[in-house]
Amino acid sequence: MNKRIHTGQFTRLFAAHFKEIIRKPEVIFWGVIFPILMSLGLGIAFTGKGDIVRTIAVIETGMRPDPAGIPAGAIDGFLERHAEKIPARGRHPARYRIDLDNENLGRTTFYFIPTPWEEARTLLKRGNLNVIMEEAAGRIQYHFDPLNTDAQLTYLKLSAMFTDNRAEIPASRDEGIRPLALDGTRYIDFLIPGLIAMNIMMSCMWGMSYGTIEKRSRKLLRRMVATPMRKSHYLASLMAVRILMNFIEGVLLVVFAWLMFDVSIQGSIIAVLAIFIAGNIAFGGIAMFTSSRTASTEAGNGLINAIVMPMMVLSGIFFSYHNFPDWSIPLIRILPLTMLTDGIRGVFIEGAGIPGIALPAGILTAIGIFFFSIGLKIFKWH
Amino acid sequence: MAAPASSCRAADPVIDVQAVYKSFDSVEAVKGVDLCIMEGEFTAILGPNGAGKTTLVEMIEGIQQPDQGSIRIMGLPWRGNEDALHRIMGISLQETRFVDRLTVFETIRLFAGFYDLDNGRVGEVIHMTGLGEKRNAYVVELSGGQRQRLALGLALLNHPAILILDEPTTGLDPNARREIWSILLALKKQCRTSLVLTTHYMEEAEQLCDRIVIMDGGKILAQGSLDQLLENHCAGKIIAFSLEPDVDASDAAWMGGPFTVRWDPDQRKGSFAVTQIENDLPAFIDYLKARQWKLKDMECRRKTLDDLFISMTGRRLNE
Repeated sequence: MNKRIHTGQFTRLFAAHFKEIIRKPEVIFWGVIFPILMSLGLGIAFTGKGDIVRTIAVIETGMRPDPAGIPAGAIDGFLERHAEKIPARGRHPARYRIDLDNENLGRTTFYFIPTPWEEARTLLKRGNLNVIMEEAAGRIQYHFDPLNTDAQLTYLKLSAMFTDNRAEIPASRDEGIRPLALDGTRYIDFLIPGLIAMNIMMSCMWGMSYGTIEKRSRKLLRRMVATPMRKSHYLASLMAVRILMNFIEGVLLVVFAWLMFDVSIQGSIIAVLAIFIAGNIAFGGIAMFTSSRTASTEAGNGLINAIVMPMMVLSGIFFSYHNFPDWSIPLIRILPLTMLTDGIRGVFIEGAGIPGIALPAGILTAIGIFFFSIGLKIFKWH
Repeated sequence: MAAPASSCRAADPVIDVQAVYKSFDSVEAVKGVDLCIMEGEFTAILGPNGAGKTTLVEMIEGIQQPDQGSIRIMGLPWRGNEDALHRIMGISLQETRFVDRLTVFETIRLFAGFYDLDNGRVGEVIHMTGLGEKRNAYVVELSGGQRQRLALGLALLNHPAILILDEPTTGLDPNARREIWSILLALKKQCRTSLVLTTHYMEEAEQLCDRIVIMDGGKILAQGSLDQLLENHCAGKIIAFSLEPDVDASDAAWMGGPFTVRWDPDQRKGSFAVTQIENDLPAFIDYLKARQWKLKDMECRRKTLDDLFISMTGRRLNE
């Protein structure tokens, strides 16, 4: 009799939570469509062999117009010989164009915009270009931010062209470029596990935390605990629904990435499931803890952001966290999202199995149980 | 009018509140309340906003704990008996907002699950609360009255021996209010449920309840049946009137007159209590004539709970 009551409660709570979630169109958008769009956008931006465009400002040498129309000087001379002159049209000023085609690197297009200093600076600040060329005392000078790797690359290519006085870059000579085609080395392979981990965090924090805070502010929690409802069933059903939703969302994302980008899981599926469930427990616990006291959705909003934002930035979802200073790496590595992301990546890209993820999965589960039990202790139902 | 004490009553109180105090931060919400509710009795706790009604009923519901004093339900304290007491009690909180995108049926079925009740009971409750047509509508699509009926239906699911409703009709239009009343009156006929409801509508207390408890400032000011209250506290009658616009009457103009008039200068309305209408009314007319003040309209009536409330607190119930 007792058992029947309890399973009845649990299934009805589960059904109610599930319906509540799937009937919100925004859940489908943020949970399913948004990660897919993100993988599509970033995947295409960083994986496709699309044309690379590099724009360079060239400081005009003199104020006096050249009657013959033939400019003097190294830069101008070079452009006259090798570049196609494009007259000003619409929003684009007059400029020179050089296309370099390469079988392996795709096409790189250089635009040279002759312009005075003032204008060049404005374009640089707006991010339209990152290198400015100037001819002074017969020498070509390159102005760029040395910390900007992209600007450095542009500089190297330009410098090679102008030194050799050929509209070529060393790489175009095909001196042995062998494109890497190993599985798991592309950006999209790096990205998909990150998106799965991010989705687990976001959906636990926003779905569980925010949902619970909202129910408290609506006095619905208060009303529900004024019945013989088991509090543990309420929380367990909430968690179970969230794991199910995250599972569906994760599978859809992986299937999409597999169809679209041929992303595959190198390691063991069991290991993926283990680290996935551990991640859900970790963030489910953190979500429970976060939502245990406050009844104000505004305060909840801030609290959730305060937890989610640092991990979004630091945990290497989109780009490797190894670019952060060395001293910070050990700290970043103990963030739950980092552990989850690295764990999923390990299985997806490096082919890790159960032994490879056992430690992070164990720690994540422990984190989840720790926060869950504290959250449950201080949970405010009224 | 209220029914006199009915045959539903038994000897032991179902709710026994003794010397209860409760404060929040610096606000003393309930300051020493004793209250005894008998089986089958319908009791209204009547008072304006901030009177301490909600705090009192939430302590009875086990949601808040009193700072001092004791509360026993069917002879049991809340501590250690939560599960048993939740099963015999049905409550509706002031303004609960249920899940927007669950239907009426799904919401009631969810709560039915907490009491191990089947869909048969869900159907009964939907029928009882007249929500049949809205059975498959999302909660978010319901009108205010329908939402309150849903809340009432959830409170009735488990055939509660004790039903506690916190302002079940506040903000509803008269029709919606009457729909709630008729559900409660039907329940009253069955004599199986004791009801405590809070309200600031005098009419609601009069229509539904055997006993009326008047509360303000965290204390009970008076209690009894409507007739008892009126008899004990409201002997006498009221003359209420308004004057023509051109009459130059002010607060000062009434000072020192033979009648203690409550004068509303904006609406140009006044009222005062009298003991002997046959003597006092002609005297009042003479008083007006002497000043050549013209009456716009006038009524003489028995005192009501509202008048009682004003005389006890200096405020109106709906303020």
